Amino acid sequence: MNESLIQYIFGIADNALILGQRLGELCGHGPTLETDIAGTNIALDLLGQTRSYYQYVAQLQGGVATEDTVAFLRLERDYKNVLLVEQPNTDFAYVMARQFLFDQFHLLLLEKLQFSQDETLAAIAKKSIKEVSYHVRFSSDWVRRLGDGTDESHERIQEAICHLWQFTEELFEMTQADSEMVVQGIGVDVSQLKKAYHQNVSEVLSEATLKTPVLEFFQKGGKTGRHSEHMGYILTDLQYMQRTFPNMTW
Amino acid sequence: MSEKEIKSLEEIFEKRIANDEKIEPKDWMPEKYRQTHIRQISQHAHSEIVGMLPEANWITRAPSLRRKVALLAKIQDEGGHGLYLYSAAETLGISRDEMYEQLHSGAAKYSSIFNYPAITWADMGAVGWLVDGAAIINQVALMGTSYGPYSRAMIRICKEESFHQRQGYEILLTLCNGTPEQKAMAQDALNRWWWPSLMMFGPKDAESPNTEQSVKWKLKRKTNDELRQQFIDQTVPQANILGLTIPDPALKWNEARKHYDFGEIDWNEFWQVVKGHGPCNKQRLDARRTAWEKGTWVRDAAMAYAEKQEMKLEKAV
Repeated sequence: MNESLIQYIFGIADNALILGQRLGELCGHGPTLETDIAGTNIALDLLGQTRSYYQYVAQLQGGVATEDTVAFLRLERDYKNVLLVEQPNTDFAYVMARQFLFDQFHLLLLEKLQFSQDETLAAIAKKSIKEVSYHVRFSSDWVRRLGDGTDESHERIQEAICHLWQFTEELFEMTQADSEMVVQGIGVDVSQLKKAYHQNVSEVLSEATLKTPVLEFFQKGGKTGRHSEHMGYILTDLQYMQRTFPNMTW
Repeated sequence: MSEKEIKSLEEIFEKRIANDEKIEPKDWMPEKYRQTHIRQISQHAHSEIVGMLPEANWITRAPSLRRKVALLAKIQDEGGHGLYLYSAAETLGISRDEMYEQLHSGAAKYSSIFNYPAITWADMGAVGWLVDGAAIINQVALMGTSYGPYSRAMIRICKEESFHQRQGYEILLTLCNGTPEQKAMAQDALNRWWWPSLMMFGPKDAESPNTEQSVKWKLKRKTNDELRQQFIDQTVPQANILGLTIPDPALKWNEARKHYDFGEIDWNEFWQVVKGHGPCNKQRLDARRTAWEKGTWVRDAAMAYAEKQEMKLEKAV
């Protein structure tokens, strides 16, 4: 069993799971029926990707492992998602800013991951690129709309971008598993994506008449399993059934 | 237009319906036909979007990834049904915003079934099996209704609903083949959802107004009692396969009628919920109103942005 590969996959897949979970909280409560449906659609894409990654992990782990033991039966410290995706649905501006800041990174990552030496990861990445390209378009369009909409929407989205910016640096952090997988030609060197990311993000922000924040201090920890206070609550919901009724088929 | 002319238009109109022709948005129609359809189609659309709420309550807690994805997809379908039903109603000259206003003010109704709480995972099974099952029986009858856009929406919706119903039944089947705790959870869900599902067909025929007109316009092809009986006859054998007991001691096959006899519905409860005093009426309406109010600044921004873009385009030309 290749533990580094599994840890590496968690670093990618847990983002999709936790962001999908966050978006799932919003279903039925969107500002319009169309955005509600679109948000659900994005959650569906992310959870579909999650399943592909976790099925692969379960295969690597062997034994009784399934996509569900991987998704539901880990301790908080063993989830390796970035802090950004666990941030709460404060309002629609925060939801779109979080989505935008993640999508822009996600696409760059997948564009590289599709050339991974690991065929399964390459195939999942290739399939996901189509979906995530749409996510990028959707969230970037909303950032433009809110930025260049009304005074109120401008203020709200600018605040959300400024607040969430502190979590962006972590996207480019290299964990030990990342480094090992890069050496093996399996993983992506995310530290190399930073420049393109800032360029793409700034371009949309400027079209949206928004300022790209300049920050000195950033928050990180999720990638090594040190999460925010929000994470425990996310997992409480996520794991509720599996923890309350262990070892059952649903 | 003179009264005589209107009368002759009405005669042509009724004849078309009797000949099974569809009425289309631009066709002449009596004002009462228009209003009745706006009321029914918008009520149907509201039911779809309010109906998203009890199920959305379980997305974050779904017990497996496969179930989580299927539940999300189902709720998304319901949002989609809401969209094309609102569009169908809009062809009759009412805007979606006006319909929302009627929902939020309480002037428009939605299906009472969604005023019951979804408190366990088994409820996701029961809602699919019973609630969608009852809805399909109502909706299949409406596929042949006279108003074209409504009839076409029903055809599409029925296809997806029957998938949802099977999905719900399969959730319960899994529980019933599972541990005693899971089976008890399934039985508890059936106990709670059975009677409200029967109420979905509305009051007894003797107490149901407007039926004659609705039958003529093919908004109603069978009576409430006929549809309710059809639902019971179809559902009892399915409950037997699950090994669950329907919570009605009076339920018994009647060989002479070739139908199940069943006990009396608690009509006090029915009217209590219809009049706004069910377990979740306030909670559901509050959720819709809050989503709408919190979304105001977002919709305003989208409008302002669209206008700015249009002005930029005009300047460029």
